[in-house]
Amino acid sequence: MSAQLAVLAALDWDLPYWAVTLIKVLVAALLVPTTALILGIVFLFKIMSWMQSRLGPQEAGPKGLLQLLADGVKFLQKEDVIPERADRFAFKVAPMIVLVSTFLLYVIIPAGPDPAVIADLPTGIFFALAVSSLSVIGVLMAGWASANKYALMGGIRAAGQLIAYELPMVLAVVGVIIQAGTLNMNGIVVAQANFKLFGDVGPGIPFIITQLPMFLIFLAAMQAELTQPPFDMPVAESELVSGYQVEYTGFRFLFFFLAEFATAFAFGAIASVLFLGGWYLPGLDVNSEWFWLIGPAVLFAKIMLVSFLIFWFRFTYPRLREDQLQRLAWKWLIPISLVWLAVTAVFKVVM
Amino acid sequence: MLAQVSDVVDACAGQAECVTSYSDFLRSWLTVGIFVALGFVMAGAMLGIAMVLRPSSNRRGRFQEQKFITYESGVDPVGWSWTQTQVRYYIFALLFVLFDVEAVFIFPWATRLEIYDLFGLIEMLIFIAILALGLVYAVRKKVLQWL
Repeated sequence: MSAQLAVLAALDWDLPYWAVTLIKVLVAALLVPTTALILGIVFLFKIMSWMQSRLGPQEAGPKGLLQLLADGVKFLQKEDVIPERADRFAFKVAPMIVLVSTFLLYVIIPAGPDPAVIADLPTGIFFALAVSSLSVIGVLMAGWASANKYALMGGIRAAGQLIAYELPMVLAVVGVIIQAGTLNMNGIVVAQANFKLFGDVGPGIPFIITQLPMFLIFLAAMQAELTQPPFDMPVAESELVSGYQVEYTGFRFLFFFLAEFATAFAFGAIASVLFLGGWYLPGLDVNSEWFWLIGPAVLFAKIMLVSFLIFWFRFTYPRLREDQLQRLAWKWLIPISLVWLAVTAVFKVVM
Repeated sequence: MLAQVSDVVDACAGQAECVTSYSDFLRSWLTVGIFVALGFVMAGAMLGIAMVLRPSSNRRGRFQEQKFITYESGVDPVGWSWTQTQVRYYIFALLFVLFDVEAVFIFPWATRLEIYDLFGLIEMLIFIAILALGLVYAVRKKVLQWL
């Protein structure tokens, strides 16, 4: 009980607005690069290596855990080369846009009940979908401004892919919204805590049970939005070198890398909130103060689970061809999600 | 939204300190605005640190003019790179706009499905069916085919 009181005392949110915002700003400024590092080290370096029967980084830090930090320092020392023919302004701004769009995704992710979210917007998930598609503009700008044929093709492929997979993602989210009846991220968590499938027994059921097809579609769309294999046509190294990133060096290149992994984490968080119950742990009362303490840990565990799924997919499947990629989105994912959307709506109204 | 604003203004009339749900609403968007700024500041700070630490690559410097040539796998670039591309991408973009506008209509309906009940359900199913018909038309016209 005293622990609970200590938590409450620590979370005395009668602070003035600017103080709360300052805390949030500091936390977020540390959190965003850290999450990208965690995903990069755990999945890209370690688990990928183990899946491919090799050891991965060994030297930097204990068990090579500081490898990415060492890489970051290396990138700091790289020359900043801007090609002669490039559109210099757009070339410089493009990585920033990608990074800012990633940063904004973190604004609506609830790590716990109300004060533990940066801005508890009433239209949270809608905002997330809107800002996540901003990165298309950054990518297209990068591809165009580089004045490089690989970059241009990569940028256009990326734009085509990102908009094609935007739709299944939006429709998959709508399935959850119909069930939850709200766009607010915390509202969706509470709706899952109160959602009972078989009468009023047992704990709340996460929406993955009723929305399994939508969850799988969301994962596929998420992977495509991250331009990770098997959907990595825009940055396909064997045909486009690295697509729209080809002319970038140093920290501007690192921005794309950072944005990719931070977005993976943010999308993992959104998928956990929408389908796996977010910070809610079945068995506890949803209004319990304990969620301020354990909520972030529960959410983090779920994010790692979702990330493991998408990275597992990434390491296992070969790259799709451009036409297969578009066909998958338009002829399979969108129709399936439309059908499941209609089924969900009918159930919601009839039941 | 407009009705909301006027309600708030009426409720606040004649009070010294007035914190309303409407100003809470704006305040949460102020937080979002601060985070946009923070994103740019962080990106700028990282680039600033890099600028101090990295060697300069002055274009009019003593060496390595070739560094600034557009990369084309080691061969000197042929022609200009801002070329025309396949019109297919444009068609996909048009289809995207179509379905994204659909999403704009679906979101409010999905949020308040209970209120519209059966009427709303049938309306929206017809709407979705028409759009699906559009997708079928696109498939039959082979605009989704790559080759």
